[in-house]
Amino acid sequence: MSEYEAVIGIEMHAELSTKTKIYCGCKNEFGGEINTHCCPVCTGMPGTLPVLNEKVVEYAVKAGCALNCSIANLSKQDRKNYFYPDLPKAYQISQFDIPLCADGYVDIPLESGTKRIGITRIHIEEDAGKLLHDASDTDSLVDFNRCGVPLIEIVSEPDLRSSEEARVYLETLRSILQYIDVSDCKMQEGSIRCDVNVSIRPKGQKEFGVRSEMKNVNSFRGAIRGIEYEIARQTALLEAGGQVVQETRRWDDAKGESVSMRSKEEAQDYRYFPEPDLMPIRIEKETVEKIRQELPELPHVKRARYVSELGLPEYDAGILTEYRPTAEFFEAAVAAGASAKGASNWIMGDISRILKEKDILIDDVPFSPQQLAEMVQLIESGAISNSAGKKVLETLFESPKAPKQIVEELGLAQISDEGALQKMVQDVLEQNPQSIEDYKAGKDRAIKFMMGQVMKLSKGKANPQTVNALLKEELDKR
Amino acid sequence: MKITEKEVDYVARLARLHVQESQMQRLTQDMGNIIAFADKLGELDTEQVEPAAHSIVVENVLRADEVQPSYAREDIIANAPHKQAGCFSVPKIVE
Repeated sequence: MSEYEAVIGIEMHAELSTKTKIYCGCKNEFGGEINTHCCPVCTGMPGTLPVLNEKVVEYAVKAGCALNCSIANLSKQDRKNYFYPDLPKAYQISQFDIPLCADGYVDIPLESGTKRIGITRIHIEEDAGKLLHDASDTDSLVDFNRCGVPLIEIVSEPDLRSSEEARVYLETLRSILQYIDVSDCKMQEGSIRCDVNVSIRPKGQKEFGVRSEMKNVNSFRGAIRGIEYEIARQTALLEAGGQVVQETRRWDDAKGESVSMRSKEEAQDYRYFPEPDLMPIRIEKETVEKIRQELPELPHVKRARYVSELGLPEYDAGILTEYRPTAEFFEAAVAAGASAKGASNWIMGDISRILKEKDILIDDVPFSPQQLAEMVQLIESGAISNSAGKKVLETLFESPKAPKQIVEELGLAQISDEGALQKMVQDVLEQNPQSIEDYKAGKDRAIKFMMGQVMKLSKGKANPQTVNALLKEELDKR
Repeated sequence: MKITEKEVDYVARLARLHVQESQMQRLTQDMGNIIAFADKLGELDTEQVEPAAHSIVVENVLRADEVQPSYAREDIIANAPHKQAGCFSVPKIVE
């Protein structure tokens, strides 16, 4: 039995977050009432003419720059012809032989180090409408709100070798597109969809095996599961002496399997030809340079800076930089005086837990990074304990006000005053002679118990580190 | 390129056209003539000419990303042969 290696390439479609559609002034907005963001252009009425949205070009070039592509000086659009009821013109305007961006790459962070994944091309195209199948048994209904929404398709080289690499690749792309503000990448709204090409080959073999293509996977999880399913399916086929056929398959996420849609023998013939209704796009070098200059700090650069400048662990830096608003919140808190590690711990720990419970994003946190900074400083100066900090945080989520005021109102101030604590330690020791003996006999649990008693006596306000030191000091005297 | 009935049949299928057997011979000949005419262009020496998708030199016809009013739903679907619940209605699509 030989060992196999997977070869994976991904085409990612991302909806651009422009205000209007690609060829008309209808709103590009998710969730509108059915067929209300439509006009004769985007519903393909005869005699209408498309006019390209300048932001679509700008956003695509921005993505191209962020993914290290060369930008075509002269580019054009083409018609891709096929019949489907969600496509009213019976052709999709896309780009065939001269995409806006080509020959780029993206570095993805893997456990084994950084791996460079080639980007074959990025082109612009229009989205199709949406078919509603459930309304009737005999008909499908068509909503054209999405028809004409601008997309970029990002095509990778077949450089990915496992589902894990594919996952990191997809997450890296999403993060970059969000950073440069060209797509909101909301999977639940269908802003990103993927086609995944998978083949396998015996390890060490140079030639690629026969690939299958999985169309229209609409979640990262689906893509990863689909890839794993395909690798297993193809491996089983080859090991049983069979052959993989080149075909298009559809991933059924509910059933957790892919099913054949059509074999490539009757390959699609899209009869691409230059779109006669749209003129070529010329992009001057200066324009590209300007866009490149204006790119924000990208996630991998930020990540490296958090490690080298702020001394954060790789893991923290990775999590904080994945989503731009998280990084911005973190940086604002640090700028306001929180320690990097302190701010990082709270954001990655309790804040992200509460966000998950409330099912909101960090964008919608009701308090400011400055308030988080104040809270972190209160803890780090010893004014409140870590557990009091948790209470402050919960209050911040409910009614954001100055952390100092919350501390006062809830009486959370920590007792660090040695005199007062000394008294409590003495009291506890006197009441628990047995524990002292246990401690002397080497039982570690005894000191924990006495700690607990002091905390109880102080109503949770004692500074635990001070209590611990005082207890040890007292015990060693006896 | 020699056009045979096979090519005509293929193109017809892609375009969802039903071609009657009786029309086949004429269509094959017509299409052959059209292709032969286009092939004639290939005889020109275009070595020094840049490829062009358009015959006039106009570039960057763009519009600003500004929202314009859309049409009312009833106007959009007014001419639909079949409509239902504010939508165009088509025979059920099974994947």
